[in-house]
Amino acid sequence: MEIDPLIFRLSIFILSIFVGYYVVWSVTPSLHTPLMSVTNAISSVIIVGAIIAGLSGNSENVFNTSSIFGFFAIALAAINIFGGFLVTQRMLAMYKKKKKDKK
Amino acid sequence: MISANFSAIFYLVSGVLFILALRGLSSPETSRQGNFFGILGMIIAVAVTFLSTGSFSSGFIYVLIFILVGGSIGAFIAYKIPMTAMPELVAGFHSLVGLAAVFVAISAFLNPEAFNLGKPGEIKLGSLIEMSIGAAVGAITFSGSVIAFLKLQGIMSGSPITFKGQHPLNAIILISIIALIYLLCSTQSSNLFWILLAVSFLIGFLLIIPIGGADMPVVISMLNSYSGWAAAGIGFTLENTALIITGALVGSSGAILSYIMCKGMNRSFFNVILGGFGATDEKSSTSSKEQRPVKSGNADDAAFLMKNASSVIIVPGYGMAVAQAQHALREMVDTLKKNDIKVSYAIHPVAGRMPGHMNVLLAEANVPYDEVFELEEINNDFANADVAFVIGANDVTNPVAKTDPQSPIYGMPVLDVEKCKSVLFVKRSLSPGYAGIDNDLFYKENTLMLFADAKKMTEDITKNL
Repeated sequence: MEIDPLIFRLSIFILSIFVGYYVVWSVTPSLHTPLMSVTNAISSVIIVGAIIAGLSGNSENVFNTSSIFGFFAIALAAINIFGGFLVTQRMLAMYKKKKKDKK
Repeated sequence: MISANFSAIFYLVSGVLFILALRGLSSPETSRQGNFFGILGMIIAVAVTFLSTGSFSSGFIYVLIFILVGGSIGAFIAYKIPMTAMPELVAGFHSLVGLAAVFVAISAFLNPEAFNLGKPGEIKLGSLIEMSIGAAVGAITFSGSVIAFLKLQGIMSGSPITFKGQHPLNAIILISIIALIYLLCSTQSSNLFWILLAVSFLIGFLLIIPIGGADMPVVISMLNSYSGWAAAGIGFTLENTALIITGALVGSSGAILSYIMCKGMNRSFFNVILGGFGATDEKSSTSSKEQRPVKSGNADDAAFLMKNASSVIIVPGYGMAVAQAQHALREMVDTLKKNDIKVSYAIHPVAGRMPGHMNVLLAEANVPYDEVFELEEINNDFANADVAFVIGANDVTNPVAKTDPQSPIYGMPVLDVEKCKSVLFVKRSLSPGYAGIDNDLFYKENTLMLFADAKKMTEDITKNL
């Protein structure tokens, strides 16, 4: 019997949880806020699904109920992607090390 | 059009880049590079999706338009938002992820052919299960985050909203969600799908309203986790590796942050979720309030104490953010440093309204990150320090947590501020903190209360130094 592809996806999922577990524990507590904003940005990779949904209309009729939901999802995810990455960038740029004494 | 295998490999690449993005955050030096990896991963994922659909029709132009519109709104917000408002921003962003997940699920439900999931009314069972879980979690994330946002923004009162029968009601709704998913999968009825969404929106709302303002660090982390699981659910539906990996990463990240926050308050996760903290404890404290003598001083006294100190530890809290005192504080510290006084900052895990909030505010005020320490790193240093300067923090310094088993915060890890030779406590009044209990620190022999607005007091001290 062949293995259902779902099992492979489930394996990826479970292993990624473990990867996430170890990677996130190694994040320094002072960067927990950027961590949240960057996870926000990357979870918006859901835009991939939104794009497929948005392109689901045929060439004569770009807008059907399904694709309209897709387009809205694209806009929402895009707010998050740009907003998330840029605000993370802005925060990370502020973290500076102590300057050497001028003396 | 590129082959499915080819695009699957690129989705995997972008998933790996996202892992590297989080890995980069292990230190501030590598973090910027990490963020770059994240952006690269996102570009690859989006580009591959375009290539694999292969239709560069008029729909494609609309996709670009919506990305552009959303992107410019996002970029505008990212540049305009003040750092004190980060908790609201993150809560708002969570709600968008949740809503996007719901929209994608609706779209897939209405037009499963576009996603290769079968025909309307005959969606593959596995896909339907994944889709409905993704949609339900997404809806909970959305409405929960909206409430969190309103509470943080102050539009909605931060105090917990509780009513009789709240927990049984929530339990019934949660069970009905599971029942609805089961029925939906066996009947494929679109009415059930809409009901499922409506009920999920409702439970998200009901779950967050009983949770008080100072528990927001846990709530935000929890919603962070939910947004990840929602993304993963949709990822299974779309059979997309990037989305599954990312969902798992974000889900576990949020879960770990919630755990750290709960530990910082010595409360169990369920205790926080069930809510109502702060509302019940207030009564007991007001009745047992007695007048005890406090020493209060002015900026002049504080400046005198600090000038004669050789080491000062600063304990910032949410009040500092409210008063926008971080820049004034840094100026004060600069003056102290000029007098060869050693200064460091001590940050409690739950200081502020989200994990790491204080660190960002201090970084914004140009405080070098290697002068800022976590609770475990610095707690032993209080005994050797001359002055502790508590600004906007309260419960996290309360020695009662170590001494009085009756106290609601007993067992919570606190900063050992009272071990300092002298303590300067900036506060507007003697009112109890969020936990509704009196802070013993106020009445200690070596504590000098500075009753004033945090920002104004800090500026005055700087003038007197």
